Amino acid sequence: MNDSILVRAGQPYGQEPVDIVIEGDRITAIAPVGTATADRVLDAHGCVVLPGLVDLHTHLREPGREHAETIESGSKAAALGGFTCVHAMANTSPVADTAGVVEQVWRRGIECGLVDVRPVGAVTVGLEGRQMAELGAMAGSAAAVRVFSDDGLCVHDPLLMRRALEYVKAFDGVVAQHAQDPRLTEGAQMNESELSGRLGLAGWPAVAEESIIARDVLLAEHTGSRLHVCHVSTAGSVEVIRWAKSRGMPVTAEATPHHLLLTEELVSTFDPVYKVNPPLRRRGDVQALRAAVLDGTIDIIATDHAPHPREDKDCEWAAAAMGMLGLETALGIAAQVVTRGANTDSAGEGADSNDSTDWQAIAQLMSVAPARIGRVADQGQPIEPGSIANLAIWDPSVETVVSGERLASRSGNTPYTGYTLPGAVRHVLFRGRPSVVDGGIA
Amino acid sequence: MIGRHLLSAQDLTSADAVRILDTAGELASVTDRSVKKLPTLRGRTVVTLFFEDSTRTRISFELAAKRLSADVINFAAKGSSLSKGESLKDTALTLEAMGADAVIIRHGASGAPYRLANAGWIQGAVINAGDGTHEHPTQALLDAYTLRNHLRSGQGDLDGARVAIVGDILHSRVARSNVALLRTLGAHVTVVAPPTLLPYGVQAWPCDVSYDIDDVLPHVDAVMMLRVQAERMAGSYFPNELEYSRRYGLDSRRMALMPSEAIVLHPGPMNRGVEISAEVADSPQAVVVEQVTNGVHVRMAVLYLLLGGRPEELDLEGADR
Repeated sequence: MNDSILVRAGQPYGQEPVDIVIEGDRITAIAPVGTATADRVLDAHGCVVLPGLVDLHTHLREPGREHAETIESGSKAAALGGFTCVHAMANTSPVADTAGVVEQVWRRGIECGLVDVRPVGAVTVGLEGRQMAELGAMAGSAAAVRVFSDDGLCVHDPLLMRRALEYVKAFDGVVAQHAQDPRLTEGAQMNESELSGRLGLAGWPAVAEESIIARDVLLAEHTGSRLHVCHVSTAGSVEVIRWAKSRGMPVTAEATPHHLLLTEELVSTFDPVYKVNPPLRRRGDVQALRAAVLDGTIDIIATDHAPHPREDKDCEWAAAAMGMLGLETALGIAAQVVTRGANTDSAGEGADSNDSTDWQAIAQLMSVAPARIGRVADQGQPIEPGSIANLAIWDPSVETVVSGERLASRSGNTPYTGYTLPGAVRHVLFRGRPSVVDGGIA
Repeated sequence: MIGRHLLSAQDLTSADAVRILDTAGELASVTDRSVKKLPTLRGRTVVTLFFEDSTRTRISFELAAKRLSADVINFAAKGSSLSKGESLKDTALTLEAMGADAVIIRHGASGAPYRLANAGWIQGAVINAGDGTHEHPTQALLDAYTLRNHLRSGQGDLDGARVAIVGDILHSRVARSNVALLRTLGAHVTVVAPPTLLPYGVQAWPCDVSYDIDDVLPHVDAVMMLRVQAERMAGSYFPNELEYSRRYGLDSRRMALMPSEAIVLHPGPMNRGVEISAEVADSPQAVVVEQVTNGVHVRMAVLYLLLGGRPEELDLEGADR
């Protein structure tokens, strides 16, 4: 159980190969290739070693919708995607708005033992947007909640948002806002555009996101509190956040892999696998998001992994649930985005060589920064002796053909079925123990 | 030849559309005779699958199918999976198991006919009889047929015809299908509505856009008035019925702005006194009743062509004795 482990000849952040020795839950030595020994060897020749990925935005569905996902199946999906920590969103049934529920989720995560499951606490009771939930009790519970969000719904009331921002300062919390003006998006089915007009689907206009973000960054500045913006999806939102950061406002932001890759044209199939909230946007939005990820305006990539059972997608568009799987495909897409840069069309430049992938940037976007925002001390640590051994080992030399059927998630609603993504997760170490070995749960 | 399904007016080429209209014309002349039935679809099963009430459209399709001797099953699926009734998928699988050759679907959700046609649930032809605020292609075909009879002597396309579509463009499947089809047939279309009832991005549509009906009427060969629904007032699309009627309703004064030979269409059911005055609705220029008759012939043509009939066989079939 406490045998030492040697990760042989992996390349931290894509740099020169080294041997990494792990004893207990820590990295104890980094040595030239071939010089170290241990009880167990994990071969990592040709592989990139990253700090274990941290997802700030995951829906694990338990408690309440275990037919879509459980903490166990979601933990497996996360581990297979290279994650060592996920933040479980609060929109469960019951809602994670009390210390009791967040502790239950947190304990179940420990029992599954594949990733750190960090519960996100609801901002308002029952996600109803009326009364502040017991944020302090959740922060002070064994789950030590630091991220609070009504995700799925917007904290629309400006006074309530202000109070929540102020209140979480007492325990260094952050409010993660799902920015969506509810009145401007009543019945919304897809991005509002020329296409929505043609398809006769009610539009979700960019301004419904941008106006909330604009209000919230001003509130964050006024209160001096930390604001995190979930799943930024429009070019206009990027401009607002860029402006806010230039003024020194305490705001961080995330983009999802699907908003960095897919565009609204997919909706014209009326296949609900492409139905997601916020909706897929225009090509120009994708390009702006990519540029923002590369220049640091957007701090992190988060999956918004949203499992739904088949019956919730095997229906007409308007009846379908919103959301798509993300954990097991996130790193491949992120690698593609960081390698190819902002222009969606430029599959050429740099994409043919994984050497040009900026793995330091990936580590920042998917591990270091989300751990910092979520105040997860044991995650996102540098790959060096003394750090907790949370490591994702990625083989860039292979390709992965995505199939919803083959994913570990209990649901299959991936929009990427049939896509070929670069690379594959080979091994994952979670607190010094292998959670994934050779692409399978250890 | 038109495809396997009729889902959208946008899928029709000009040649496809003219072929449907020509076939409708031939079927009309055949069924004007004393025996109205053709044996063409004998033994074929046609299902009308209506998730929304629309007696007018349903009986039009039903009559069309019966005049072609098809067996017709009316499936009124009240409430879709949206209201936790039987899902679209299970309904489709049921119809497939019963051997439906064609399914005519009316559904409140935009794109539902696409799911029916493309999700692998059924093999038969799918005909869109109106989906949400998306499309209603057979309505556009019957409108084009009516326009062609009046403006082009029932021949060819609608090249150069000037048509205004007035009313709730935003929520209208009739408008979407008509803009697409009339443009394909060479007509010049202008949509007229208050800005709140125009879709985002309408500037990119293949038509002109106007907020002022009085500017447009003097320059049209036909005007199509759309039903405006009272519930739109609750959504703040316009202040009240009276103001809408004053600014966009077609009354005798406005009709006098139109060229004397211009015609007035309405897909029905009409709100007399709102978008159209009783005087206009009952005037000789109004062709609303003709549209209903033409609807049967156009739907016969669509069924005929989709289910494999050939126009050259028409005069050889048994009905003309």
